[in-house]
Amino acid sequence: MQTTHHKPFHLEYAPSIESTDIVKIEAKNKLFIDGKFVEPTSKKYFSTVNPATGSTLAQIADANAKDVDLAVKSARKAYSKVWSKMSGKDRGKYLFRIARLIQEHARELAVLETLDNGKPIKESRDIDIPLVAAHFFYYAGWADKLDYAIPGKDVKPLGVVGQVIPWNFPLLMAAWKIAPALACGNTVVIKPAETTSLSILLLAQIFQEAGLPDGVVNIVTGAGETGAAIVNHNDINKIAFTGSTEVGRIIQKAVAKTDKKLTLELGGKSAHIVYEDAAIDQAVEGAINGIFFNQGHVCCAGSRLLLEESIASEFVDKLKTRMETLRVGNPLDKNTDIGAINSAAEHSKIQKLIQTGISEGGEYFEPTSSQLPEKGFFQKPCFFNNVSSAFTLSRIEVFGPVLAISTFRSVSEAIAKANDTQYGLAAGIWSEKGSKIHKTAAGLKAGVIWANTYNKFDPSSPFGGYNESGFGREGGRHGLFPYLSI
Amino acid sequence: MSELTKSSANLKIAKTIKLFIGGDFPRTESGRSMPVFQAKSKKLYANLCKASRKDLRNAVTAAQGAQHGWAAKTAYNRTQILYRMAEMTEGKREEFIEVLTGTLGYTKIQANKAVNEAIDAFVYYAGFADKYQQLVGTVNPVSGPHHNFTTSEPVGVVALVGNVKFNLGDLVAQIAAVIASGNAVIVIMANEGAASIAPLSEVFATSDLTKGVVNLLTGDLQELYPHMGTHMEINSISFQNSDKKVLGELKEMGATNMKRVIGPVKEQLSLDHLINFVEYKTVWHPIGN
Repeated sequence: MQTTHHKPFHLEYAPSIESTDIVKIEAKNKLFIDGKFVEPTSKKYFSTVNPATGSTLAQIADANAKDVDLAVKSARKAYSKVWSKMSGKDRGKYLFRIARLIQEHARELAVLETLDNGKPIKESRDIDIPLVAAHFFYYAGWADKLDYAIPGKDVKPLGVVGQVIPWNFPLLMAAWKIAPALACGNTVVIKPAETTSLSILLLAQIFQEAGLPDGVVNIVTGAGETGAAIVNHNDINKIAFTGSTEVGRIIQKAVAKTDKKLTLELGGKSAHIVYEDAAIDQAVEGAINGIFFNQGHVCCAGSRLLLEESIASEFVDKLKTRMETLRVGNPLDKNTDIGAINSAAEHSKIQKLIQTGISEGGEYFEPTSSQLPEKGFFQKPCFFNNVSSAFTLSRIEVFGPVLAISTFRSVSEAIAKANDTQYGLAAGIWSEKGSKIHKTAAGLKAGVIWANTYNKFDPSSPFGGYNESGFGREGGRHGLFPYLSI
Repeated sequence: MSELTKSSANLKIAKTIKLFIGGDFPRTESGRSMPVFQAKSKKLYANLCKASRKDLRNAVTAAQGAQHGWAAKTAYNRTQILYRMAEMTEGKREEFIEVLTGTLGYTKIQANKAVNEAIDAFVYYAGFADKYQQLVGTVNPVSGPHHNFTTSEPVGVVALVGNVKFNLGDLVAQIAAVIASGNAVIVIMANEGAASIAPLSEVFATSDLTKGVVNLLTGDLQELYPHMGTHMEINSISFQNSDKKVLGELKEMGATNMKRVIGPVKEQLSLDHLINFVEYKTVWHPIGN
């Protein structure tokens, strides 16, 4: 394997910093229950920080079991008195109205998301927030067409839905959860991740602006204990969770002996397969996007790159060259490719796993060109080449900008290696031959397969995993099923 | 068995009832048996095998080995094989009636009705094997140059626990709903109708079904269900038994490998029964030069 790669000539980019003037962050952020912002009965607050600087942005209410109970009562009342009685047509109109308001507040939402999460502004602005609006638009139109959801079946809403979402796409995950739940006639109690509560609280203001009836969506901020109070509440009909497989297992056990319905969108170790007949330069770009998009904090990240042996050396060289040009730094800079790691805890977890990889003898590479900012939580993109399937980083979800590379010689070996994981969320295939793409796609045990692209999302396209990546789908017609009694 | 005692010129030969694993008819490796009595009597009808954990594991291995090939068959082929099961059930009508009247005390009319329902269930799912895909598959109008479509695939290896009270038609519907989409199944027959394993396994053995796609075990549910719940190669459980305690425990144990544990269905013959055991795969295929 060649170890040389071309260092590109150095290009200086003048910083192009997005202004934060548009965002006004409250010092203390309350819970959103029954249409109003209320103090937590716990009286407790915790800090949320800007991961790009490490400085505190605001205080967030810490909801305890009593607060969760108030939220559930509010959701139950809204369900039985208002939302379940409202026509689908009118529910849809509220969702359309919310979608429009999200577009009107797009810049504000994007800046706030970047401040609290650390993702590059170009991603929050061009991907997250447009998809949030699109998701509400898509499901708005379903609200009065649920008779067509499953052929020949009468469907009904489930009731009160408890939802727990992660910090990697805070507002997008909120949209994925809330929009289909409301379209199907359910009411919601939702908990954002404790490090990223701000954007969903701005969404709450949009709900108020839209005149959404009180109690239809209730937002309880807090950490694991708040989530557990939702999962264990006995007046919730369904739990939807996105997060780690570890927590997903705890939730599956917690609701096992109840009548609660459950959908889980969990972790992954998705394979990204590049055949020798691929358009190599595009595939390099795809591999970069697959693992370094959103700092690698993506459940479906293409974290295992499988290269056909004949092109592996050339591909790895090109990958190195491309990685040298990735700009890591201030997420508010419109040039930034890789922003801040969301929290100190995640940052140290990623660094530990990289050390594990190095100690197991992986061929480590990180670009030498970029310097990381002194403050905040930043991580250089990196990869381990020539790893075996027993290698820790071939098996464990890192949830960071860390790629594991190995090779294969045939279609069947590529499929076997890709499927050699307990996960089954996503996979990528690069080839210029359509029949080969379809053959590979059919053999992969994964819920989402991207051919000659990666990390594309659309509200009309179902997303979700096989095996230990969870069950249930979000997006598309299939995304209605988990929120309906069939 | 009881017929043995009847005086006759020809001494009747009773069929030894065994398990059905991987297309073969083995006895339980444990050497254990459990008696089934004639209806409303203490007279022995037959000694059934009391399947062990090892038998269950062998059945899972057989199911896993068979599932891929079964799923790879064309939907048209699976349809014909399921229809063949209906044909073979019709051919074994008298044997089914003999078991149902002999062990469950059905009248001949009741037994005939049960066989009719079993046949109807096979025919229903035979007809579905090449159609459900069009009802739950979608082409998704994504914003971008991609042909985006969602298809269904079998979930893999499914363990099935039938009704508390034996019902031949329901059991056949539950098996057919699982295998129609290309899954393989391990059935725990633990209720009073377990002796029907004899004609039922012969139906599957003579329908050109890939060996190992259907595996039938007679045994004790209380003994076997923990091994079902924790087995890492079982992808889903169809739990049609009304014992909520066991269902809860199976869901709890199933978290070890995120098993899809499905509780009792509302309608035996329905689309939702079948699609409980499929996964959805979404493919983004490029459009361009």
